Amino acid sequence: MSATTTTLYGVAATLVQVVLLGLGGPLLVGVMAKVKARAEGRVGAPVVQPLRDLRKLLTKERLHARHASVVLPLAPMVILASTVVAGAISPLVSTHPLLGSSADILVIVYLLLTGSAAAALAGLDAGTAFGGMGSSRAMTIGALAEPALLVAVIALSIQSGTSNLPSIMSSTLTHPDWVFGPSRLLALGALLIVVIAETGRIPVDNPATHLELTMVHEAMILEYAGPELALFSLGEAMRLGLLFSLVANLFLPWGIMTDHTLLSLLLGTVALVAKTLLVALGVALIEVRSAKLRLFRLPELLAGGFVLSVLAVVTGLVTR
Amino acid sequence: MNSTYIAALELAAGAVLVSAVMTLWRRSVRSIVSMLSLQGMALSVVAIVLALHEHEGALFVTGCLVFVVKGLVVPGLLRRVSRLDPRSRESRPLVNVPASLVFAAVLIVLSYVVSSRITGLSPSDATHLVPVGIATVLVGYFMLVTRRRAVSKIVGLILVDNGIALVTFLLTSGVPLIVELGSSLDVLLVVVVLQFLMVSMRHHSDTDRLTEMKGLRD
Repeated sequence: MSATTTTLYGVAATLVQVVLLGLGGPLLVGVMAKVKARAEGRVGAPVVQPLRDLRKLLTKERLHARHASVVLPLAPMVILASTVVAGAISPLVSTHPLLGSSADILVIVYLLLTGSAAAALAGLDAGTAFGGMGSSRAMTIGALAEPALLVAVIALSIQSGTSNLPSIMSSTLTHPDWVFGPSRLLALGALLIVVIAETGRIPVDNPATHLELTMVHEAMILEYAGPELALFSLGEAMRLGLLFSLVANLFLPWGIMTDHTLLSLLLGTVALVAKTLLVALGVALIEVRSAKLRLFRLPELLAGGFVLSVLAVVTGLVTR
Repeated sequence: MNSTYIAALELAAGAVLVSAVMTLWRRSVRSIVSMLSLQGMALSVVAIVLALHEHEGALFVTGCLVFVVKGLVVPGLLRRVSRLDPRSRESRPLVNVPASLVFAAVLIVLSYVVSSRITGLSPSDATHLVPVGIATVLVGYFMLVTRRRAVSKIVGLILVDNGIALVTFLLTSGVPLIVELGSSLDVLLVVVVLQFLMVSMRHHSDTDRLTEMKGLRD
């Protein structure tokens, strides 16, 4: 296998990943809304509705709040850019994407956090009360979720002896018994709680309402309109897709592209879509079955996630 | 065969610890009791897996006994007690839920650090899991100290007992059947006594919060 072919397939895998996230993220949001609607006995909007919304928003005029600064137009770009970079270097379709060697798991976590910080700044920028409230709540949730996320990440890297995400996935492929070990399952529980908190799904936040007492994410985007709202929503949808597919790949690594053939690229793509849909289905069913938690009860949920991740680390050390 | 044995043992021992933490996490007495039932069943799975691996008939019988007593009978009795007050919740523990979860994490790390000396004496697949049992004991004590309701306190006591049982299974492949029988019946007796006590407490003072029983009455 020549170096050129390796690079070529790396570039191809990276391109597929970014395109898949860009199109698949909004579609995933649509699929989850559809699943929820069906489970609640409604027909629901078509699956492509988020994409249609994006197209509609992109044709509209750019409008800024009077007191907004440069942060307002910049924040959506930061969110989108950080998500695209994280999606390009993460092992989603292939374990050897271009620049995969720099995909340390902490790099991915902090790239995603850059996006969260930009969203919080965007909420504060226009100076409205609701935006500030949303940002403060989002940062509180983020600060509580981060320890759980980092400790869960440590649990994963203890098992594989590396914090490089592609290496973690390849070593999981060679040790399939890890997947059903207690350490991995506990880390999965912790990561699911964190992902639900970070993407603002139901026990933490309800993205479908504008209730001023509870809204978190919707409060931050109140001042956005037109193309900037489209960029913001696209970034958030890609983030959701990225987080779901990372969780899916860490816990069901099979099917990911490990060699350099066209067939495995195709297989990796199909497997990624199937696994991510499975995670999305699971989260949608959790959303249907649970009620939104009161804001003051959220520390309990996230502390639970933290304890699960500590348990994952300890069992990882015990059973190593 | 050996790898499935280790995997099953790790998974069951992990379930014991997770259900111990879940009893701190949940508030309603009903779900606390069902977590306890799950823990009893996981404990019996540990015993049965060990028995099948080491071909010990007595341990197998002990495992089945644990399943019946700690997985079914004791939780069933506790459920009957809690049915006296269907909306009973652990509403105001002395340490709030997030803090007690963080404290549980500290206890788990502590038990790992402490027991590495013990497990170093005779390293094997089973003794590696001893920290899990010690952590369950510590979480049980913590629950015993910080919860107000009588049912939660008895759950804490049973957690301690389950943790001790897990450590004995892992270290010695089980104590003689008669000892296990004795300790299981002991727990059962405690639960039955508690049931009488709670009925009479409720009759006299209309609550089962132990902290509110300070004064004597004629």
